[in-house]
Amino acid sequence: MEERNLKYPIGPRHEINVPSDFSFVPRAKDEVRVPIGPQHPALKEPESFSVALRGERIMGVDVKIGYNHRGIEKACEQRSYIQDLYLVERICGICSHTHATCFAQGVEELAGLAVPKRALYIRSLVGELERIHSHLLWLGVAGHEIGFDTLLMYSWRDRELVMDALALLSGNRVNYGINQIGGVRRDVTKEQATEILKAVDKLEEQTKYYIQIAMEETTLIQRLSGVGKLSHDDAVRLGAIGPTGRASGVDRDVRRDDPYAAYGELAFKVVTDGHNDVYGRTIVRLGELLESYALIRQIIKNLPDGPLAVRAPRKIPAGEALSRYEAPRGEDIHYIKSNGGEKPERVKVRAPTLANIQSVAKMLEDRYLADLPIVVAAIDPCFSCTDRTIAVAGRGAMNWEELRRYGIEWYRGQGIDFSRLSSKLGRGA
Amino acid sequence: MNGKEEEIKRKLEQKFPALAGAVRVQRARRLWLEVPLDQFAGVFDYAVKEAGFTILGTISGVDDGADLGLLYHLDRPDGVVLNLKTRTAKDGGVMQSVTPYFPAAAIYEREIIDLLGGRFTGLPEGLSYPLPDDWPKGQCPLRKDWDPSVLERGGK
Repeated sequence: MEERNLKYPIGPRHEINVPSDFSFVPRAKDEVRVPIGPQHPALKEPESFSVALRGERIMGVDVKIGYNHRGIEKACEQRSYIQDLYLVERICGICSHTHATCFAQGVEELAGLAVPKRALYIRSLVGELERIHSHLLWLGVAGHEIGFDTLLMYSWRDRELVMDALALLSGNRVNYGINQIGGVRRDVTKEQATEILKAVDKLEEQTKYYIQIAMEETTLIQRLSGVGKLSHDDAVRLGAIGPTGRASGVDRDVRRDDPYAAYGELAFKVVTDGHNDVYGRTIVRLGELLESYALIRQIIKNLPDGPLAVRAPRKIPAGEALSRYEAPRGEDIHYIKSNGGEKPERVKVRAPTLANIQSVAKMLEDRYLADLPIVVAAIDPCFSCTDRTIAVAGRGAMNWEELRRYGIEWYRGQGIDFSRLSSKLGRGA
Repeated sequence: MNGKEEEIKRKLEQKFPALAGAVRVQRARRLWLEVPLDQFAGVFDYAVKEAGFTILGTISGVDDGADLGLLYHLDRPDGVVLNLKTRTAKDGGVMQSVTPYFPAAAIYEREIIDLLGGRFTGLPEGLSYPLPDDWPKGQCPLRKDWDPSVLERGGK
């Protein structure tokens, strides 16, 4: 390869490891094996499929995941409960509030804390706003995967309304940092509540339009119907959860079945559907959007007065807790074990995608290869995070190189020097 | 107050007299029970087939000193969770796979194999999860005595 002046330094090349147990060798005479991923334009996060094909038909799929494993559970054991709260918030860029709330609930149970009602309502409020932003994001991705990019543009334009509402509440579009152990860190003012209600009204109007599209637009109906079939029995057997399960008639929702935060006091419907396919998953998510709007109105109307948090001890009494949370994608589970110290003995996280990825192989069986992207996207696998253009106040817009420099200088000013790490990575300081 | 939970506890103790006093109702919808390995299969089968715990939330592996603790978080559709724990020897212990009950348990068991060095019989062949393919053999990062610097020494 010819030498080029690269603007952005890149690290040394690594040997690519082909998984030893990941077979690309055809297992039958008339079978072809196609590797897809781990990096693939249609898949928004690293995952790898070895697809067995006969002609265009998928005969079987091996799914390889784990590319995003960052050792967060181990890292939790080496940090305090307060540090862990912010670490688990960064497990996912979309369901950040999900993980933080799920973790905080478990620790609060261990410490025997009575979280004030106002805090519980604010947790639910942010949780529902997060669900709206996640579902609208999904709707856009689904539109994109089937070549219906107008839907992507429309739904992501509307998603900005809920992102603005979240930024208004928390200062951030993702990683809201609302929780603390024992309650929440930020209050909701009357003015903020009014703005949120305005956004919800507009979003509801738009969502009704999307529902009309889903009911009437033949290209969408025909492209999604019968694709990614998961029968009710298979959904139960494989443990499908969230909208994926509910679109196959699995009537489960942690918010209703094992209420947490304020959900025990709020009225809402669990949306289910019997289409058992990607079309059904679309209907369920659109229906859930309407329920979320109704929930937000209830929360704001009934928001109790009172303190935002109770004081939490640094050392958490020994014990075990299991905390559950209905994430936009399905049930999130945290198991927390304390040994009585400042750091947890064990934190185990079961994010919803892990439970649903197992249904994907079933959904793809005997389908066409061209359906793979939308079927995978239809379980709404968790995307890591979203890139944004960055402008730092007083400095104007920066390009990536300037931003990198600025970051290095800033950390040096704090007494943190990355040059050792940089030389290790072969980049020079 | 916790009527449902006390009822489940009573029935469990009736069916398995050896478990008297072992079932703990922590709060509404949360039961905890630890059973010796030789009784696990019977209790698990009863919980799934007769007590209505038809959903497996996940399996948590815990490094309990000389033992590998395994917690099966079993759910009922009405929201009650039974956290059923058992232990095997950390080195050389073997656990029966629960994939005949829950095919989806395979990935949870593979996670325990990779991260804690557990062993399962009856687990169908499949791809490992979640460690990378060039991960040094025999290094179980979630064990308490595991030292991350082993990676800088090329797995030695």
